[in-house]
Amino acid sequence: MSTAPQPRTGSVPAGTPTKITQGSQTRGGIGESTLRPDGTLKVTGEFAYSSDMWHEDMLWGHTLRSTVAHAQITSIDIGEALATPGVYAVLTYDDLPAEMKNYGLEIQDTPVLAHGKVRHHGEPVALVAADHPETARRAAAKIVIDYAELPLITDEASATAPDAVLVHEGRTDHHIGHVPHPNIVHRQPVVRGDADAAAARADVIVTGDYIFGMQDQAFLGPESGLAVPSEDGGIELYVATQWLHSDLRQIAPVLGLPEEKIRMTLSGVGGAFGGREDLSMQIHACLLALRTGKPVKMVYNRFESFFGHVHRHPARLHYEHGATRDGKLTHMKCRIVLDGGAYASASPAVVGNASSLAVGPYVVEDVDIEAIALYSNNPPCGAMRGFGAVQACFAYEAQMDKLAAALDMDPVELRQLNAMEQGTLLPTGQRVDSPAPVAELLRRVKARPLPPERQWLSADAEGSSVDVRALPGGLSNTTHGEGVVRGVGYAVGLKNVGFSEGFDDYSTARVRMEVINGEPVATVHTAMAEVGQGGVTVHAQIARTELGVSQVTIHPADTQVGSAGSTSASRQTYVTGGAVKHSCEAVREKVLDIGRRKLGTYHPAWATAELLLEDGKVVTDGGEVLASLAEVLEDQAVDVELEWRHRPTEPFDLRTGQGNGHVQYSFAAHRAVVEVDTELGLVKVIELACAQDVGKALNPLSVQGQIQGGTTQGLGVAVMEEIIVDPKTAKVRNPSFTDYLIPTILDTPTIPVDVLELADDHAPYGLRGIGEAPTLSSTPAVLAAIRNATGLELDRTPVRPEHITGT
Amino acid sequence: MDFLRPASWEEALAAKAAHPTAVPIAGGTDVMVEINFDHRRPEYLLDLNRVGELAAWEVGQDTVRLGASVPYSAIMEHLRAELPGLALASHTVASPQIRNRGGVGGNLGTASPAGDAHPALLAAGAEVEAVSVRGTRMIPVDAFYTGVKRNALAPDELIRAVHVKKADGPQQYSKVGTRNAMVIAVCAFGIALHPETRTVRTGIGSAAPTPVRAKEAEEFLNAALEEGGFWENGRIITPSVAKRFAQLVAGACNPIDDVRGTAAYRRHAVGIMARRTLGWTWEQYRGTRRTLEGAA
Repeated sequence: MSTAPQPRTGSVPAGTPTKITQGSQTRGGIGESTLRPDGTLKVTGEFAYSSDMWHEDMLWGHTLRSTVAHAQITSIDIGEALATPGVYAVLTYDDLPAEMKNYGLEIQDTPVLAHGKVRHHGEPVALVAADHPETARRAAAKIVIDYAELPLITDEASATAPDAVLVHEGRTDHHIGHVPHPNIVHRQPVVRGDADAAAARADVIVTGDYIFGMQDQAFLGPESGLAVPSEDGGIELYVATQWLHSDLRQIAPVLGLPEEKIRMTLSGVGGAFGGREDLSMQIHACLLALRTGKPVKMVYNRFESFFGHVHRHPARLHYEHGATRDGKLTHMKCRIVLDGGAYASASPAVVGNASSLAVGPYVVEDVDIEAIALYSNNPPCGAMRGFGAVQACFAYEAQMDKLAAALDMDPVELRQLNAMEQGTLLPTGQRVDSPAPVAELLRRVKARPLPPERQWLSADAEGSSVDVRALPGGLSNTTHGEGVVRGVGYAVGLKNVGFSEGFDDYSTARVRMEVINGEPVATVHTAMAEVGQGGVTVHAQIARTELGVSQVTIHPADTQVGSAGSTSASRQTYVTGGAVKHSCEAVREKVLDIGRRKLGTYHPAWATAELLLEDGKVVTDGGEVLASLAEVLEDQAVDVELEWRHRPTEPFDLRTGQGNGHVQYSFAAHRAVVEVDTELGLVKVIELACAQDVGKALNPLSVQGQIQGGTTQGLGVAVMEEIIVDPKTAKVRNPSFTDYLIPTILDTPTIPVDVLELADDHAPYGLRGIGEAPTLSSTPAVLAAIRNATGLELDRTPVRPEHITGT
Repeated sequence: MDFLRPASWEEALAAKAAHPTAVPIAGGTDVMVEINFDHRRPEYLLDLNRVGELAAWEVGQDTVRLGASVPYSAIMEHLRAELPGLALASHTVASPQIRNRGGVGGNLGTASPAGDAHPALLAAGAEVEAVSVRGTRMIPVDAFYTGVKRNALAPDELIRAVHVKKADGPQQYSKVGTRNAMVIAVCAFGIALHPETRTVRTGIGSAAPTPVRAKEAEEFLNAALEEGGFWENGRIITPSVAKRFAQLVAGACNPIDDVRGTAAYRRHAVGIMARRTLGWTWEQYRGTRRTLEGAA
């Protein structure tokens, strides 16, 4: 569509200054702390989360889950449930409509509904749809399932015992060929140099065995969504997820529908942290909706939510580090055993990260690394913020402190002495080709003044008084200073950004520019899941910067546009942000082309100058205004949808772990200051200072929020967060917020954040993915501080009062 | 499930008499959780929120008559002087929202060993005003807890109020949880000095099947204080006496291992809390200012 250029008296509209300062930026562009559009709504409770959706005539779905961890299902009787008034459907495995009955992120090993066997506590067995959630729940309770229990696989010893029951028989996935046992999902060694020979050169060798507990994402908005059958036999699915297109790819084959017939829209997400990468209620709600012909809503309660998503892999890690007397690392050997639970989920990628990042941000030439993930009858584990790297960091940072003690060196100096930098060759053979300011980050957190001692004491008119909120135990009033010892600890971590190991990790962005009521407006449409990370602000900022418009509309995320990849792996600002930038650039070129065609004859600069879009106008690089966008576009819209990819990566060699497996690396360092009540074993973290290189802070306020949030989540697993699984039954013992504790504001310390912006020239705007790195180093820094205060070894996280008091 | 909403105390008693299985609900802190998680499906819910008098308190000569529904936030705000131990305990209850809704009547009705109010009530000395259409009886709080989540109420009785002895000396309350706020007790301890009777009373929470007093520890301490003339001379309690007291308190525990903590830790922690809170209350009794050194 085009319209004839209007006759004009000149290139510059009357009254417009002839010069605009070159470099002026449209307000609200990148680098500014624009506010979240949903921020006020969330704080005031008005934001519509996925659990708030409602549809006329809708039914409520309910999931019946296994009460045992490992058993044959000998019979299921749904008769009484189906006969319950108000019940519209009861579905079991036998009702699945298509040949495909499983799903999975990488390996399709997870049954939509249990088939003859359950492999973990809380596995979905049957579904009920009813006109009231309570009716659905009551009816589900009437389903009679007979279980014949099977032996449990709960750890490496039981998984690989000679007579071990196989969690999955007849595996055909692409890892079975290289794993030493069918109860091992994936194994990845990383071997470089000769660790044994190098060990002979070591003056000091330290070893340690470490345990990392099972952390939960503990997002506040439980799994929920609404499936609405459509007239074409397809379905509209509104759901809180992390990756719409990955869901779609797994849902469609199970429903026996082409992907076009399943239209997904992101609904309000109440946190994710990896826990929404796997499907939860998506297929279940669709099955019930298709069966009943009615909209079906499903909302997990808190109890069910603990069974409705994967958790962070618990891990056992054995490490050996050696160093010469002057503190130079000679070698590192480690073995990392991750428990993936009953289904694969993200286990292979977790193994890839754990092994390839096992060395941490240090230069070690001779390494011998092995990481495996088990299949077991424990709860399935998968993606959670920093996966694989988090567990490794906990162990290698404990080792660095141990080594410093053995060498009688300052633990920060030892780290700085061995810190990697730009140009360092990693154990995978990949060269770090962007800034890696590891030593500098440590220097910055160390240089910060320590918080004052005994902050709980305050002088007032009456004398001195005690503020228990500043003490371990807080409001529980357990100490007024008795038994309290301060400790300080440091840690630094190494995290990859983006999907690795040769994965085609792309994002799509559709950008539209048009003039509405005389004002240029850009619309950004992606399938990016906004889970709190701030993509909705960043995309608008990028559009403003690239298109010089102030009005930007963010279209709701859905599957009517190409995939944006997952909101995970610290990748969204990099990859979907990169896609938005890329599409904006294409839009800008098209707009300028239109301008040249329409208006080129009116001013020679259209042909000769570098042209920019600034403040709704076309300007030359010299700042001369050539036309307003309204003049250029009139009623024409420019609409572009493009994919964008970061640099390709390679798979790791299955034997040696060699390969350029990662896109980018991300670094953060922490200093933790804690007060420990050594008699009661209670901990108060009073400061967790973080320094992190972010490449470029597109939205400094969001960057602060991400770093503080990641730091707090790391603190949680240091001192309280753990899903406790009974080793005798493989059942979860604390599926509630009464007993799965996450930090309150009183547990959250001051978190001073020191942001470095050293550009990575390979990334859009030089930015670095930031969401996960702070979660890595926070935990070991807190542990180091507690060790420093107590003198105890403390080889597991979270630390419980029992571990500190020895009771 | 039927929902009964009596407009007056008399109607509430009549409803409870007519439906002895009815579960009373006021703040709903415990009851709603049990219903939401399907742990409990009462035939009748008896909503006491229209019975306004339950949210009132009266400060008498010797006791505070605390209506069953007086919220913890009101205890913290208005009864800090009269019921210091209970006010401290109230401070540890859940979140501000729950402290605005929950009251001691609910803690007593549930009779969970982890209820935050119990150790403070045991230490202060209290009587539960249990009422039915048959009449009123006063149940000493020591006799109120009859088993894990069981109490001495008859099926037709409701808790109208709890009569808590006004503090005649310093009181303290400590609770261990693995988080610095909003946490269920791993174990808890309350202590009250009663200079008028020259006795010390205690209460232990979450470390036995029911809330209990550490009677042997109390008797030991009462005798030791009497013997040494401590009440008169106000001397610092001999460390060996404090230590023995703490041991005896720990010995009064009969805890279990559970997901919140081990039995050994609970016993250990109750002992530590006993020693510390004795120190704090005694310091206060001695009239000295609480300083870090003084409390140690």
